[in-house]
Amino acid sequence: MKILIIAEHKNGQLSETTRELFGLLLGQAEVHAVAAGENLEPLAGPLGQLGAAKVHLIGSPALASYTGESLGQALGQFIPQLAPVAVLAAHTPQGKDLAPRLAAALDAALATDCIQVSFNDGQVTVRRPVYAGKATAEVEFTDDSLKVITVRPRTVKAPELDAARSAEVIPVAVELPEQKTVLKEIIASDNARPDVTEAAIIVTGGRSLGSAENFSVIENFADSIGAAVGSSRAAVDAGYRPYRDQVGQTGKVVSPQVYIACGVSGAIQHLAGMRTSKYIVAINTDPEAPIFQVADYGIVGDLFEVVPLLAEAAKNRNGS
Amino acid sequence: MNIFVCIKQVPDTTTRIKLREDGNGIDEADIQWIISPHDELAIEEALRLREQQTGSIVTVLSAGPERVTDSLRMALAMGADSAVRLDLPSDADSGMNARALAAAIGKLGPADIVFTGKEAIDDGAAAVGPLLAVFLDLPSVTVVNGIDYRDGAITCRRDVGGGNIEVIETPLPAVVAAQVGLNEPRYATALNIIKAKKKPIDTLSADELGVTGADRKTRLKNFELPPPKQSCRIIEGAPADQARELIRVLAEDIQVI
Repeated sequence: MKILIIAEHKNGQLSETTRELFGLLLGQAEVHAVAAGENLEPLAGPLGQLGAAKVHLIGSPALASYTGESLGQALGQFIPQLAPVAVLAAHTPQGKDLAPRLAAALDAALATDCIQVSFNDGQVTVRRPVYAGKATAEVEFTDDSLKVITVRPRTVKAPELDAARSAEVIPVAVELPEQKTVLKEIIASDNARPDVTEAAIIVTGGRSLGSAENFSVIENFADSIGAAVGSSRAAVDAGYRPYRDQVGQTGKVVSPQVYIACGVSGAIQHLAGMRTSKYIVAINTDPEAPIFQVADYGIVGDLFEVVPLLAEAAKNRNGS
Repeated sequence: MNIFVCIKQVPDTTTRIKLREDGNGIDEADIQWIISPHDELAIEEALRLREQQTGSIVTVLSAGPERVTDSLRMALAMGADSAVRLDLPSDADSGMNARALAAAIGKLGPADIVFTGKEAIDDGAAAVGPLLAVFLDLPSVTVVNGIDYRDGAITCRRDVGGGNIEVIETPLPAVVAAQVGLNEPRYATALNIIKAKKKPIDTLSADELGVTGADRKTRLKNFELPPPKQSCRIIEGAPADQARELIRVLAEDIQVI
């Protein structure tokens, strides 16, 4: 059974979300990886050490920056030649955009944002959240079409590199037709913090912060522990934070290792967006707030008092 | 312009999900159904484009059972010109829905532009826009929070996470998936909601659309609710002690910092 992992990379480095895909229960599958773009050679070593038996490199200046159209066409040509049982990609902005294009072009079954994936005895078992994490469901594949599967970041840990392993490297040539969509520009964010969908720790503030300025309390603490800053919908609606920070069913659905909710009461649509976090910490003045029902650790107290002390305690710990 | 909008009816965000007894779906009793929020942005964008381009028509499509008619009426009340329900089972997957939507646009089109939401908040698959585009052989741009319209082409701002934006240019016709920030959807007025009750809603059957069971390649089963949390450990003490203890937990017990 062949499985193909689509590698995302930047500046010659594999993305962490791609590394994680090798940590899934891949069983006895023959693991292939494919990378497209320019300067791909540095990727072959780590892909092999992560567990790929064969690494396919589609070197082309036309694929140097991602567009769904170009990479979709390139992989649409390559994948039928390899004929894997399943294609795995991370459920990142790129993976989300790419996977349905591949599924449509290859007449494949599609399962996105999966949180359990295993390949055992030729059986592919996949589970994904539904209703933004209010429930989960198994995805049954009803025929033997190719399966295109995207996996939520931080579902599993990336395996350690195994220096004893290496992959056979196979160059692949594709012919791209003239492109309709053109990437004109990338406007980089001024946000130096990690994005909520990929952060290991998120510190979230709610409307009880009271103003955009008061979010500096949350930001200082987040920076002291390398966390992303999240926001409840109410705080976004009140104009305290940009939409990009919104966690919840109508914002981002997140699964960090630790989610620290400060002054967030825990509306059902917010809980839906974060309850798959590994650990949840709640800081709230109201011990009856619904957030405590999903929390592992709680502090009943005023965030304006507690959160600056947390930042201080974190800095002291780092300093010692 | 011939403008199409594809919308999905989903449970309201405040819905508490209950599972069916067989575990292969949710109990639909007592659910309040709404238009998926990002699809409202798609409707709004279509209406604004129609206002710029005289002679344009906005057609709203939705795949699903009879109940979907209510959401189509809401789209008419917002201002869409016509609405068509594609009669598919409620458990059709993204691929089957996209096949049906592509077939409907093929019948009712050709389209100059197709709007969808970036994802529906029930399955969060974010799949129908790009699937539909490939089936229609059109370019697509996903997660779009800004559009400049020019003659025969558009420039889209694509939200790629972390506040980063890609600027993508594409000729029309194209499929565009709407993200928050694109616009502020209007509310349907009470009068327009009443008027929309009398408007006809056409139905296209799976047969008419050429969609069969073979177009459904996945099915959701064995639903589970998240396991209840073990009781929360409340950290007691003076605020400074609470803070030190929580940081110790993060560093030593969870080992995340």
